[in-house]
Amino acid sequence: MIEVKGVSKSFGSNNVLKNISAVFEQGKTNLIIGQSGSGKTVLLKTIVGLFETDEGTIHYDGINFTSLSQKKRRELRKDIGMLFQGSALFDWATVEENVRYPLDMFTNMSSVEKQKRVDFCLDRVNIVDSNRLYPAEISGGMQKRVAIARAIAMEPRYLFCDEPNSGLDPKTAIVIDNLIREITHELDITTIINTHDMNTVTENGDNILFIYKGEKWWEGDKVKIFNTNNRELNDFVFAANVYKNYRKERQ
Amino acid sequence: MINFFSVIGRYFLFVKKVFSYPEKLSTYYKRTIDEFIYLGLKSIGIVAVISAFIGAVITIQTAYNLENPMLPTYLIGLATRDSLILEFSSTIVALILAGKVGSSIASEIGTMRVTEQIDALDIMGVNSAGFLVLPKIIAMVLFNPFLAVLSMVIGISGGLAVAFITDIISVGDYLTGLQFAFNQFYVTYSLIKTLFFGFVIASVPAFYGYYVRGGSLEVGKASTRAVVNSTVIILLLNLILTKLFLS
Repeated sequence: MIEVKGVSKSFGSNNVLKNISAVFEQGKTNLIIGQSGSGKTVLLKTIVGLFETDEGTIHYDGINFTSLSQKKRRELRKDIGMLFQGSALFDWATVEENVRYPLDMFTNMSSVEKQKRVDFCLDRVNIVDSNRLYPAEISGGMQKRVAIARAIAMEPRYLFCDEPNSGLDPKTAIVIDNLIREITHELDITTIINTHDMNTVTENGDNILFIYKGEKWWEGDKVKIFNTNNRELNDFVFAANVYKNYRKERQ
Repeated sequence: MINFFSVIGRYFLFVKKVFSYPEKLSTYYKRTIDEFIYLGLKSIGIVAVISAFIGAVITIQTAYNLENPMLPTYLIGLATRDSLILEFSSTIVALILAGKVGSSIASEIGTMRVTEQIDALDIMGVNSAGFLVLPKIIAMVLFNPFLAVLSMVIGISGGLAVAFITDIISVGDYLTGLQFAFNQFYVTYSLIKTLFFGFVIASVPAFYGYYVRGGSLEVGKASTRAVVNSTVIILLLNLILTKLFLS
């Protein structure tokens, strides 16, 4: 479980996050949603420690992450997997080397054990016969799946996904959504997904946090989100025609 | 002025980060070998070509300016040797490498920054600065003296080729000039300079690449800034080291 308590973050005079508190539960896919520029990515990067908080604290299973020394943070980060918006695979490494990288860095596994783990992770995300290819040689959807394989290689307790569907076609986006949900439940980990994709909301919204202009505006789940009177949230959710029709049907 | 000191402060903090706690030396070893090949071996070609031509040109120009019959012609060989050893093979080659290697390092690391690859390393708990930059510094510091020696040999050979091909100077006089009043310390001084220059060529562009914010446009700007500032720092260091060693 990850707990965010009163987190604020500014860049110069721009207050990006304003006193945000939330609980992200273990074994659930926790979503942070909001319009572009609302502060979702900053919140996610603040939670993982890429940005320091100006105010407030972040707790990983009771451990106050914000007060940890850099050394202890690095230890904790071995339990964190992250899927970046652009996949962030290492250009200089093949698919296999990308997935094996954290194992090379942080474990004393033998080559055979590492290979088994790499094969398992790649198999789990349905990547076959591409081990020796470089990231530039595979499609965007495959890159995302390899990034997921790399994120789960160390059997993390926390998984962060920054807009996992951006730039993907709807069919591949659903594959990625399903994969993240299945992995979250299989490994019983705390997953936080940062998205503005409504398909992800309907598929993976076990717990949803809506950010509006840097503030926590609403919290609920994928059922409640379609029955709320929150005007800003409705503007966001029902912006697409398909969901407008859905609302009319419900009404 | 505050910004100037702020950049210097950040650079030294960056260098401190680069030299702190390597997670696993075996993973650094492979990358260091790769950097030796990419930054060092692949620079041999340009260093060799430029050195050969500059050696030849120095010989011709010295001969052109040495018209006084009282001066022995073997001084042409001596002037070529000393120009190459003292200045060209260390400093000018370093300036050339600051352009070739420096822009490559700044662009590579800058691109990694804007595509979040460095964030991915940080999230894993890896010392990203150390992992990415330390192998480059080691490669450049260790390989730069070799490039300088190569440049000296090829540059002097370029002058020898002029002696062979033209009648500006006889081969015998040129070879006599090369051996005349030779001071071994000049080579030592030159090689010491290359160690410092190698460090600057790798670390300064890496610093500018590492702290890029934005997109491809900023990566290009960082690359330009890296080359310009590396060049200035090399020239400044050259002045200081020359004063220290040759005064």
